[in-house]
Amino acid sequence: MVPTEVFLTFILMLTIFLGFELINKVPATLHTPLMSGANAISGICLVGAFALAGTGHNDLHKWLAVAAVALATINVVGGYMVTDRMLAMFKKKGS
Amino acid sequence: MNTLVQYSYIVAAVLFIYGLKELGSPATARRGNFISAIGMLLAVVAGLLDQAIVDFQWIVLGIVIGAVIGGAAARMVQMTAMPEMVALFNGFGGMASLLVGWAAISNDAGTSTLITIILSILIGGVTFTGSMIAYGKLSERIGSGAVLFSGQQVVNSLIVLGILGGSVMFCLEPANHLWLYLVIALSLLFGVMAVIPIGGADMPVVISLLNSYSGLAACAAGFAVNNNILIVAGALVGASGIILTQIMCKAMNRSLANVLFSGFGSGKVETTKVEGEIKPISVQDAYYILEAASTIAIIPGYGMAVAQAQHVVKELAELLEKNGAEVSFGIHPVAGRMPGHMNVLLAEADVSYDQLLEMDEINPRMENVDVAIVIGANDVVNPAARESESSPIYGMPVINVDKARTVFVLKRSMASGFAGIENPLFYKDNTRMLFGDAKESIGGLVREFN
Repeated sequence: MVPTEVFLTFILMLTIFLGFELINKVPATLHTPLMSGANAISGICLVGAFALAGTGHNDLHKWLAVAAVALATINVVGGYMVTDRMLAMFKKKGS
Repeated sequence: MNTLVQYSYIVAAVLFIYGLKELGSPATARRGNFISAIGMLLAVVAGLLDQAIVDFQWIVLGIVIGAVIGGAAARMVQMTAMPEMVALFNGFGGMASLLVGWAAISNDAGTSTLITIILSILIGGVTFTGSMIAYGKLSERIGSGAVLFSGQQVVNSLIVLGILGGSVMFCLEPANHLWLYLVIALSLLFGVMAVIPIGGADMPVVISLLNSYSGLAACAAGFAVNNNILIVAGALVGASGIILTQIMCKAMNRSLANVLFSGFGSGKVETTKVEGEIKPISVQDAYYILEAASTIAIIPGYGMAVAQAQHVVKELAELLEKNGAEVSFGIHPVAGRMPGHMNVLLAEADVSYDQLLEMDEINPRMENVDVAIVIGANDVVNPAARESESSPIYGMPVINVDKARTVFVLKRSMASGFAGIENPLFYKDNTRMLFGDAKESIGGLVREFN
């Protein structure tokens, strides 16, 4: 059986190349929303923090993870909302 | 159940990818962001179904607090303050990765897990303090200049060695928390040290790079907790940040290493002699010239953001068009403090995005432009980048406003720009300086037209 890390690294490599392909097509005019939208995606750590925050043990690690949940949520909610606010402003003449 | 969670992650990953693809055009970008948000929602719901979770109350509390703060910040922030906002959010993402890595430490973790944990802590820590310094510089809470001191390289090398040593010792002796605290402290310190030598005008590079780090930190955290959605999402963000960093560096014709380590523009005085004299112009005279012009190019820079002049610029552009002139905007890739900064401001002022031309589009047309109006831009229109080999920015692609028939430069005073580089544009025969606050000067022109 191949160890899990190998699979995860495999995913990582493919995703990086996919990311390059996707982002290269984004025009300069959208770079700020792209960046804040990407930022929101990096709040995905949230999901990683769940299992650690919900162990039921009342120890330091739980509180660290709860803090991580709060910070990552700021990133996710704030990031998506502010990106939406920006993108709503991008208009073509007459539309 | 666990299989269902994993499949949901796959769907979430597809939504992220599709969302980013839709960001490739202004017409579909808003929908793309929405699709990506749905992906995130799905990942969060799936994550909450994880059977290891026995205690939900604190998670929910964390989410509520984060959502309230994030939502309020996103609503209240001004468009001109967007760079510091992005830096701040970035920092939170980095800190979250650091905390996840830290919380993932357990006594039965194998060496490979410990390595990914320490990477998550390290990258997260550097992202956090680096972003906070970038935030401070962008919001002018701390001086935006480059901070250099003698022995900086030595200090930084020692920090890096300390991080490496501490990380190795942590992996060998995970039970000894001293190593963990050492790495956390040093990575936080390194984030500060890495960003202080970088000046304000180089912030587009820094903020792109930190963006990439926050993704990589999420990636490392994904390895630490064996979660593939973290890896996929983190890698996408990491790739996006790297590409933006490359674009910014290329737009300045400098290597990433040069941006990061040279302390560019830290007040070294340049000695090249510039010939010619400064010719100021009054608002009224500028109006007469503009009224007769039929092709006008507006080149905004960071000064437009500082003066909050984007709305009055749009007003002027409309009046000029009504007067029969053709108006376009020339946007340099590194104008402003983050990639696409000017585009967002002009979009806020309701300027149509097809009026915004990139540098390569506007330069060939410059010879046919009657009046080029430079608003608060300096280095990105400096002809020395083309002409003077001794200039520190020689070789940087610039918008060739000096080739227009007439150039108006709106500027507060003759104090040299951020980088302390003389700009021969101000001394050219076809250049007229319109001194004063950009918003007031343009407001004056608008009043003349009315």
